Amino acid sequence: MITLTRVFKAYPKGVFALRDVSLHVAKAEFVFLTGHSGAGKSSVLRLVYVGDLPTEGEVRVAGRPTQTLRPRDIPKLRRRLGIVFQDFRLLADRTAEENVAFALEVTGVRRDAVGPKVARVLAQVGLAAKARAFPHELSGGEQQRVAIARALVNDPFVLLADEPTGNLDERATRGVFQLLREINANGTAVVMATHDLDLVRQANYRTIELESGAVVYDSGVDAGDAEGTA
Amino acid sequence: MRLALREALRSFRRAPVLSLLSITTIAFALFVVGLVVLVGLNVRAALEEVGERVEVVVYLRRGTPLEAATFAMEDILAFPEVADVAYVSEDEALRKAREELREFQDVFDDLTRNPLPASLEIQLKPAFRDALHVEDVAERLRGFRFAEDVRYGRDWIAKLDRLRSIAAAVSVLISAAFAAASVIIIGTTIRLTILQRAREIAIMRLVGATAGFVRFPFLLEGAFKGAIGGVLAVILSYLAFAVVNRLVLQGRFFSPGEAALFVAAGLVLGLFSSAVSVGRHLREI
Repeated sequence: MITLTRVFKAYPKGVFALRDVSLHVAKAEFVFLTGHSGAGKSSVLRLVYVGDLPTEGEVRVAGRPTQTLRPRDIPKLRRRLGIVFQDFRLLADRTAEENVAFALEVTGVRRDAVGPKVARVLAQVGLAAKARAFPHELSGGEQQRVAIARALVNDPFVLLADEPTGNLDERATRGVFQLLREINANGTAVVMATHDLDLVRQANYRTIELESGAVVYDSGVDAGDAEGTA
Repeated sequence: MRLALREALRSFRRAPVLSLLSITTIAFALFVVGLVVLVGLNVRAALEEVGERVEVVVYLRRGTPLEAATFAMEDILAFPEVADVAYVSEDEALRKAREELREFQDVFDDLTRNPLPASLEIQLKPAFRDALHVEDVAERLRGFRFAEDVRYGRDWIAKLDRLRSIAAAVSVLISAAFAAASVIIIGTTIRLTILQRAREIAIMRLVGATAGFVRFPFLLEGAFKGAIGGVLAVILSYLAFAVVNRLVLQGRFFSPGEAALFVAAGLVLGLFSSAVSVGRHLREI
């Protein structure tokens, strides 16, 4: 599903964001990416959603090496991924349901199909009652739920979450994490970058730790079962 | 299409001040260009009017029969440079002289016979009213047997020539400079409005919007702003023209076709600068 093979990512001025990273995320797996800020967690996610291409090595997403994607294939791939960020990245001038609908509209889904789908995912994240609220009228946790609903609306095979609880208080963090677990339980793989070790300890999921751009620990490999869902 | 239109309108609604500001900037940038072009057009029109006075006169030998002159007129009219030929008889020449030179009334009254020769007055087509062509035509006219003398304002035409080329060069240069400045101003303005929405573009890309899908509303918006700016510029130019026309001098305004060209220029400029700016943001993600 997602495979990085001996990936290096260098930025101008010769700084390496990733060094020789190899990892594999299986279908319906839940994986924590941990490490200090700057360790390379976000770089791994960027390579997966093709915000960047590896300097060396190969990144395969849904079976295709990302280097071989034509520019017009990239949007198509992204529609099959759900992406969530620490800062939510909602469009401020649109309501919760418009933000979610937007992700459907860009894919050219028929207008009459948009409404029911949006209602379904908003209900799934527990925000059915706040569909008409604008982002500034929502709490941080609620905004992140809208972002998650938007990520889910296209039925992705994997949800990429970059510090999704980084801006949230403890209670909202628990709620969002619980939501991600439910999504995973429904068969969607989740790759969650976080430096919140309490969260990591709470659940017995596979954990990959990065340090200075290199993988220093992978519980899946240590267990001798990289394909497992933990 | 409908979605793109909705997105374009949304940006107007959301940032009305910025939208108005950019339309105003475009309008004024084009307005300045419009003024310069208008001045150029009027100078050219004035010079053309002066050019109409360029004529070559052939004085006929005394006793040239009218038929010979009439035949010659047909030949002359067949010159590619010639627009019109008129025959002025001796009597007519005297009558004109009396009218135009009233201060010599006494001299005319004392005349026992008409000293003025008959002549052919030759008007040239606009494209041939320069020193080189006039000289050439005059040379050919001298070849006619009955031509006593051929006259034209040699120095005056040379001066007019110089004036014309200076006016043309200056107006092209100034118009080009102002047009370049307005292209830069309009490009920057539109870039600013797009920069303000860089985050939004990034989000669109992340949820899987194609480059074309992101680009289209911006192009629509840019073209629309440019066209409105163009219309406002034409209106402003007209107001300025009306004031000058009333207070200082009579001139000409843009023809409807030229005005439409102006609006089209605004539209294309808006479209083009949007395309460039959006393209830059699209490449970043």
